[in-house]
Amino acid sequence: MKVEKVFDSFIINALIGGICVSIIAGGLGCFVVWKKMAYFGDSLSHSSLLGIAIGIVLGFNSTIGTFLVCIVFATLLTYLQNKKILSNDTLLGILAHASLSIGIIAISLSNQYVNLDAYLFGDILTVTDNEVVWFVLSTILVISILFFIWEKLVLMTINESVAKAENINTFLIQSIFLTLLVIFVATCVKVVGILLITSMLIIPAATARQISSSPGSMALVSGLLGILSIIIGVYLSIFVDIPTGPSIIFTLTLFFIIVLSVFRKQTS
Amino acid sequence: MLIKAENISVVRNNKEILKNIDLTINPRDFITILGPNGAGKSMLLKCLLEFFSPDEGKIIKSDDLKVSYTPQDFVIDKSIPITSMDFIMLNKNIKKDEINNISKEFNISEILNKQLSHLSGGELQKILITRSLIDNPNLLILDEPTQNLDVSGQLSFYKFLDKIYAEREISILMVSHDLHMVISTTKKVICLSNHICCSGEPSSITKDPEFINLFGHDFADMMSLYKHDLKHNHEGRESV
Repeated sequence: MKVEKVFDSFIINALIGGICVSIIAGGLGCFVVWKKMAYFGDSLSHSSLLGIAIGIVLGFNSTIGTFLVCIVFATLLTYLQNKKILSNDTLLGILAHASLSIGIIAISLSNQYVNLDAYLFGDILTVTDNEVVWFVLSTILVISILFFIWEKLVLMTINESVAKAENINTFLIQSIFLTLLVIFVATCVKVVGILLITSMLIIPAATARQISSSPGSMALVSGLLGILSIIIGVYLSIFVDIPTGPSIIFTLTLFFIIVLSVFRKQTS
Repeated sequence: MLIKAENISVVRNNKEILKNIDLTINPRDFITILGPNGAGKSMLLKCLLEFFSPDEGKIIKSDDLKVSYTPQDFVIDKSIPITSMDFIMLNKNIKKDEINNISKEFNISEILNKQLSHLSGGELQKILITRSLIDNPNLLILDEPTQNLDVSGQLSFYKFLDKIYAEREISILMVSHDLHMVISTTKKVICLSNHICCSGEPSSITKDPEFINLFGHDFADMMSLYKHDLKHNHEGRESV
């Protein structure tokens, strides 16, 4: 890769897409860390492969397929959790891997060539102009909704009973939060891939926790760390010629280690 | 009358958790609910708060009822960075000045800028109750507020609660095992074991056969002793 290509349109697209993802992940990731939902986010992203498969087989946009499958997944999971048949992580393990394998079976039966690597590890350098518009729109949507429910969501994350007693409709707020998470996964699959989505949610938030003293500042720092890592990660992958998704996550992890050793405040 | 439970029953998994409960809370009441584990104490509070609707009976609320509630087992997860001040202001329409005033009133100014996760159990309860008093409720519902506190924490907490009850136009409904701590302040004790076994003034309840039946002779005797003791030491206790 030549240096003069640094500002090529595909790189600009990659950066804008990545920055959008970082901003959403900054806000949502904090709640995933606070609510201890890392495995939930992971399972949600695994189930997104089924959505991609359905999109390919039936011939429509894979983002919409992913969104629909993830919504069904989240609803089913919430329903089964309330039934209390199995423990949460067992349920997640079953649903995640079942939908992942059904997705792969569907893709292989469809007899179409699909670059699975791109879905598993992400392919940020192929983000199109059209997708950039989608990224920007969904970022604005998610962040505005999150801003609107922020205080209620933080309160019910701290204690659900207190929130209920203050007449907050906790079921509604939780459903909105899960929908935002689903929008994030459906959008983000393209950028970092199924296997690395959870890291975008968890690592910046966990890093930010070490240097934040309020929920808002943690989300802000988390978003900024994500943006920095996207920029460094993308250029690192271009100059050293390594896969982009892992390069971004590697950068995030470096930040985590540096911040942890310099500021060690609280283990998240 | 602020709120009234009329003949309510709750059945869960074929078991009657609450059976024909009648309970009226009037202005300036201070009611303590006692009972063994699994007696339906928390369920009764949650019915009054309308988290659940009872299977039978109904809850009648007065129009000017303003409830605030502090739940059992309030712990703050260390992964959430938030100061006491920010927590008190969360989802409330209040200015920092007002919080400074209320925190002087309740002696919590020193812990206002501390992280919630760094507070002791007793400090956390005080912050929780301060938060719940911001909207000027007329009924405070507390579910085992001293569960995680050591003895000195319990003493200091009940002193804090006495002060609130004395200074504000408020009723208190509390689930607590510490009858010996509240016996001088509480006006009425209700013993719950899925149904109301007995209720009355703290001075007479320890002689009730149902009370003795529920908690045993030793506990009943100990309670009458405590009451005796506390009355004698009341002045001294205030100055602790």
